[in-house]
Amino acid sequence: MKKTLFTTFAAALGLAAPLLLAQEIVVGEIVSMTGDKAGFGTEIHNATMMAVDDTNAAGGVLGKKIKLVSEDTQSKPGEPAAAVQKLISRDKVVAILGEYTSSLTLEAAPICQSAKVPLISPGATNPKVTEVGDYIFRVCFIDPFQGTVLSKFALETLKAKKAAVFTDIKQDYSIGLADFFKAHFAKNGGTIVVEKSYSSGDADFKAQLTAIKSANPDVIMIPGYYSQIGLIAKQARALGITVPLIGGDAWSDSQLVAIGGSAVDGSYFTDHFSAENPDPKVQALLKRYKEKFGKDAGSAAALGYDAAMVLFDSIKRAGTTDEPKLRDAIASTKGYQGISGVITLDEKRNANKPAVILQVKGKDFKYVTTVNP
Amino acid sequence: MPMKTRLLLIAVIVASGLLSSFTASMNSYYVQILTFIGINIILGVSLNLINGHTGQFSLGHAGFMAVGGYSAAFLTTTYGPSFLAALGGSSWWSEALLFSGALVVGGIGAAIAGLVVGIPSLRLRGDYLAIITLGFGEIIRVLIQNTDAVGGPRGLTGIPGYTNLFWTFAIAAITIYSISSLVDSTYGRGFLTVRDDEIAASSMGINTTRYKVVAFVIGAFFAGVAGGLYAHSTRYLTPEGFTFQKTVEIVIIVILGGMGNNAGVTVAAILLTVLLEALRSVSDFTWLPQFVRDLTKNRMILFSLVLIALMLLRPQGLFGGFRKPKRT
Amino acid sequence: MSLSDFFQQIINGLSLGAFYALIALGYTMVYGVLRFINFAHGDVFMIGAYCGYYITDRVQAVFGGKLMWASALVVLLFAMAVCAILGVVIERLAYRPLRNRPKLAVLITAIGVSLFLEYGGQFFFGAIPRAFPELIPDLPVGGLGTLVITTNQVLVFGVTVALLVALNYIVKHTKMGLAMRAVSQNATAAQLMGVNIDTVISFTFALGSALAGAAGILFAVSYPSINPLMGILPGIKAFVAAVLGGIGHLPGAAVGGIILGIVETFVGASDYSTYRDAIAFAVLILILLFKPAGIFGKATVEKV
Repeated sequence: MKKTLFTTFAAALGLAAPLLLAQEIVVGEIVSMTGDKAGFGTEIHNATMMAVDDTNAAGGVLGKKIKLVSEDTQSKPGEPAAAVQKLISRDKVVAILGEYTSSLTLEAAPICQSAKVPLISPGATNPKVTEVGDYIFRVCFIDPFQGTVLSKFALETLKAKKAAVFTDIKQDYSIGLADFFKAHFAKNGGTIVVEKSYSSGDADFKAQLTAIKSANPDVIMIPGYYSQIGLIAKQARALGITVPLIGGDAWSDSQLVAIGGSAVDGSYFTDHFSAENPDPKVQALLKRYKEKFGKDAGSAAALGYDAAMVLFDSIKRAGTTDEPKLRDAIASTKGYQGISGVITLDEKRNANKPAVILQVKGKDFKYVTTVNP
Repeated sequence: MPMKTRLLLIAVIVASGLLSSFTASMNSYYVQILTFIGINIILGVSLNLINGHTGQFSLGHAGFMAVGGYSAAFLTTTYGPSFLAALGGSSWWSEALLFSGALVVGGIGAAIAGLVVGIPSLRLRGDYLAIITLGFGEIIRVLIQNTDAVGGPRGLTGIPGYTNLFWTFAIAAITIYSISSLVDSTYGRGFLTVRDDEIAASSMGINTTRYKVVAFVIGAFFAGVAGGLYAHSTRYLTPEGFTFQKTVEIVIIVILGGMGNNAGVTVAAILLTVLLEALRSVSDFTWLPQFVRDLTKNRMILFSLVLIALMLLRPQGLFGGFRKPKRT
Repeated sequence: MSLSDFFQQIINGLSLGAFYALIALGYTMVYGVLRFINFAHGDVFMIGAYCGYYITDRVQAVFGGKLMWASALVVLLFAMAVCAILGVVIERLAYRPLRNRPKLAVLITAIGVSLFLEYGGQFFFGAIPRAFPELIPDLPVGGLGTLVITTNQVLVFGVTVALLVALNYIVKHTKMGLAMRAVSQNATAAQLMGVNIDTVISFTFALGSALAGAAGILFAVSYPSINPLMGILPGIKAFVAAVLGGIGHLPGAAVGGIILGIVETFVGASDYSTYRDAIAFAVLILILLFKPAGIFGKATVEKV
């Protein structure tokens, strides 16, 4: 009797297990929750969680709840490979969201490609990322576009003829953005008068800035991360450099003004979206984010939310999580109304979307203009 | 005894070949962990030759690994396709030829770097040597960062995924075998004398300088090979992967296993790799307080505590006590 | 490079070098007495900066936003006190039990302590860079034509010189200093002569760590973006400065810091700015190869 009961129980469990599993769609996330990229990572992770909660509150996808399995990559090469392998073969995720930086995404991408699990990066702007294969996507624009936008802005709006470029040699992002800026600027009548570099972690930039000052540029392009930009701006102003400073989306954080103070006032940078966007959907999300996490959402949050939502939307459209179909559905994302703008994925699996130019004014980032691809 | 170890070596190589042929049916996550285990064994045992057996203290192992990884990957990405074409296309043997060649070149590149580091560092001891090797490691990283041919800060992409369990464990076995038999040989006793009493050794007519350089060169060679395996496993390299933090991981393996104890270091490499992967699941243990879960997620905190605790409580390493007495 | 640029770079180099010198003083003191590299020194420096971050607002509120210099001084002293205690605790828990073990064991422990402070800092303070509050305003010093010097640069330089003089006095002319020198030369003999080694070493750590704390505050005032890993680079560079000057030699550390600051500045201004990270190490390697005892140090021969 006991034995039969046990068998029945086991059989019931065996039957129930797949049913229980089928109630959930498991999605993976790789994100830097610790290490030097943890600032962006935390923001992305918060936004992704919000996207999951919102979707589940609205009834989930295909009648199932989304379950997010998150792996910390510790901002460290070597980690994404193991994390992605774990997500794919142990957690059996249907797709993976992340990483925010190009170098960490480039490590995860080949694995996703060979396992045929779609990967959507919220913020990897290096063109090489999606070249890995047809399962790799992103919801942000790429460096060539951003570099071109900055160069056009410098030439046309700021009427700059001579530009200085000050890159962070440790960041692939910074180098990539600078390269495309330089190429476009030089080709369209401008001159790059001086190039200098620094490393993430440096605090003193006066040596390079003094050299930049004596080259007398009309504009200084600094494609670095916000934590250094504030210091660079302060030291530049102290040295008597008054020309405008311009940069890319990595400037986008409230700490930029907290550190740079009045020194960053009036500087311009490209970003994925503007917090001033009157779209009620955007404003509602920003408000909820602030309420929930006590901090303003930057573009990392907007992109993180969008990457997750594009994925859930694609699962809905595909009607299945089967891999080739899901891949095709993501690839055919068209006119998706995201927080960071309208997302249409092109044949190279890059988001074809406009960039905005923002200006630092007081404590806020003021919308200046939108540049379409 | 040597006959037995040689048989054991062959057995391990054959076994890794067999294991490798089942890879397709294995969970790819476990394959990845096994690969990292193998690579960490090679790194640990090779650093053990320098830090453990010879008693020097190198903090530049990640630098040697970088040199090897980058040279091997540069070869397979740049010359690989034409090499394979010349051999009549991609087949298992032409790829094996290419890969083993690339690994050896990577190892030699790293060995040259080891020579460059070793010779000038000879005048230094203890903490000065540690700092100077740390400096060399950083210089190697900055040089790679400034080399456009390997992608500079953007990293090297498109590396073929040649690394499999056969290569990893066969090479790990060869590493353990070579370094153990080197240290156990008559010649190799010299390494131990340098560690135990350098002044006495040199007054006995032992060329301590040469032993130190040889330790650096051989240690760096295997670290370079490990770098090659690593590159063809993750298929992407970035200079940021070879910072001081990477060196610290290898140093911890050596200290955990016990300096100069190859078996201990091998066990430590397995243990540490598995443990770190297991830590990923800590967030699932909801019965643990959130604070503890967050803390254990931050592995560098754990690493640092392990280092301090080991030095205070068990400086001979976890397995120091099990070491067999040496034959006289 | 024009002449005014050249002088501007000299000023830049001096102000950067003053920081390296300030941190190097602490390094060199500890090494002078204990003969071991306190890897965690740069991280104690970071803790000093965070002390300032957390209490500046409160202190300024107590002073009602007035008496700026007084509140700055209170913040500075608080950070120095916290760091001194931290230094003593680290020595007591992590280094003292290893005093009779090989130097390498202590070095490894020091690396462990350093990593613990860095990543523990990330855990407790958060990994995100914080903006350091304005403790004292940074104003340009006028009357120098096109050359730019700010009040902070002058302040840092002044503090470094003052601390150097004070330390030199402590080491050379006080009873404790005499004990420190005795321990440094021969700990066992010093003990037999009635010197309490534990007290001397604790005092050395307290003093060295307080210096690191002061440097942390001054650094954060000049470069108001702080994060838990901020101590790594200045720490390593200060160590290079200490070795350059002859480790254990106080004025040597200061001179080493200044030299390193100027060399780095000129490399940063040159076309080789992408190699700037490697310069400190290249200097270190060259010095150790050609003059391992440093500029002012005396060569020692190991006795059997």
